[in-house]
Amino acid sequence: MPDPTQPLTPDQAARRDWMSLLAKSAPAALKDRFDTLPAIPTHHFLRQPEAGAVMMRGRAGGTGAAFNLGEITVTRCALRLETGEVGYGYVQGRSTDHATRAALVDALMQTDRADETRAAVLTPLASDAATRDRARAVKAAATKVDFFTMVRGED
Amino acid sequence: MYVAVKGGEKAIDTAHAWLAEERRGDRDVADLSVAQIREQLALAVNRVMAEGALYDPDLAALAIKQARGDLIEAIFLIRAYRTTQARFGHSEPVDTGKMRCDRRISATFKDAPGGQVLGPTFDYTHRLIDFALAAEDQAANASQVEAQSGDAAAAEMPRITDFLDRDGLIQPELRDDTTPPDMTREPLAYPANRALRLQALARGDEGFLLGMAYSTQRGYGRNHPFVGELRVGRVDVEMEIPELGFAITVGEVTLTECETVNQFVGSKSEPPQFTRGYGLVLGHTERKAISMALVDRALRWQELDEDNSGAPAQDEEFVLAHADNIQATGFLEHIKLPHYVDFQSELELIRKLRAEAQAAQMVRQPEAAE
Repeated sequence: MPDPTQPLTPDQAARRDWMSLLAKSAPAALKDRFDTLPAIPTHHFLRQPEAGAVMMRGRAGGTGAAFNLGEITVTRCALRLETGEVGYGYVQGRSTDHATRAALVDALMQTDRADETRAAVLTPLASDAATRDRARAVKAAATKVDFFTMVRGED
Repeated sequence: MYVAVKGGEKAIDTAHAWLAEERRGDRDVADLSVAQIREQLALAVNRVMAEGALYDPDLAALAIKQARGDLIEAIFLIRAYRTTQARFGHSEPVDTGKMRCDRRISATFKDAPGGQVLGPTFDYTHRLIDFALAAEDQAANASQVEAQSGDAAAAEMPRITDFLDRDGLIQPELRDDTTPPDMTREPLAYPANRALRLQALARGDEGFLLGMAYSTQRGYGRNHPFVGELRVGRVDVEMEIPELGFAITVGEVTLTECETVNQFVGSKSEPPQFTRGYGLVLGHTERKAISMALVDRALRWQELDEDNSGAPAQDEEFVLAHADNIQATGFLEHIKLPHYVDFQSELELIRKLRAEAQAAQMVRQPEAAE
């Protein structure tokens, strides 16, 4: 097992990024993109899709002592393509199909179909997420106020 | 004590069938979808997630539908569901400093770097019923925020307390990665440390915490809070994946964080400085986050070497043992279930005591007549 104190290799960082994108994607959005991929290779599960929970932690005062905040639903699975690549799916929510698609994308990204998979699935999902984030940021910016303090009448 | 009873199956089945029918309501009115609840009753969904202590908007919306809008019943359903789920692990502590804020305000610094961002707030509304919402015309009542171009580059939102911290004017909040206690694994034990208190408060009943927080404002454990900062937005939840040996984001959650800045005149061990109360709650849940921060601060009297004024909000056991609405409602509502055997023994006891009292009176009465 790699040492967590070591910085990630570029390959690991790239994989972290696409797995994170898949985890946060809406199940319907991933399905739409995934369905455009032709010929999904046969695969078998190393770990059957399983819904469960992860305990989220926070820090007192935002920066202090860790505490348990509450859980989040997560579904996971692991599978191996017939060509040998192992894909992991860890996604938010309770959809086993969603976790399976995420694991398949993770596996495909390790094959010579990586560019095709990135173009069909990851790039559009990332672009949609950026658009959504930006739309909220623009709305938030439109509610930015400047308060002026007034001198009160009385002393 | 609740004693098992037998029988009544048919009546119970019928009662539940009727409950389902009543839940559906008038069939001439369209059925409410889970998505509609999730999108249009989002603050109810947030409360159920916060107090159910499980972040899953679809599940919380479904629980609200099943519970006919009874939020404590919905929270009960979520807590029951949670116990059936495998625990995959714990996340890294979420970094609320990197929150993508919808809202971020400070009541202490007018010109806070990053700005005062109101976000979608009830503040400054007139609290007048909007009859336009009752109109059937959906297009008319869906107002759209005009997206202004430009100035949206995700502004840095530094913590307000960092400014005070830099000058040493506020008690620092030092990073500590000690594994925190978990009340979902080990029963609450007293005295609790702050990490355990924060977990209990984060899932505590909003109404109870509001009452407790309000009591401190009214003088029962007064601690002079200012809302240094209130922020609402989305953060990534990162977890180390054992198979990979590095952390990925496993989800995104909306959280509400409140930091209070409290007056503190100092003590034998601490210099005069500001101190902090902290609230962090799942979902957009402002009232709860502010309440949590006030109660957190009140419960810190011992570590800050303050006087215990005997106020309820300073009593850790009182607050933590009564903040959980599922424990509370479980104990409270169980008394309506059959207690026939219990009551039978009480009835016999009362009859016996009355018979004895009567007999004693009979013995005394002849004497009184003389």
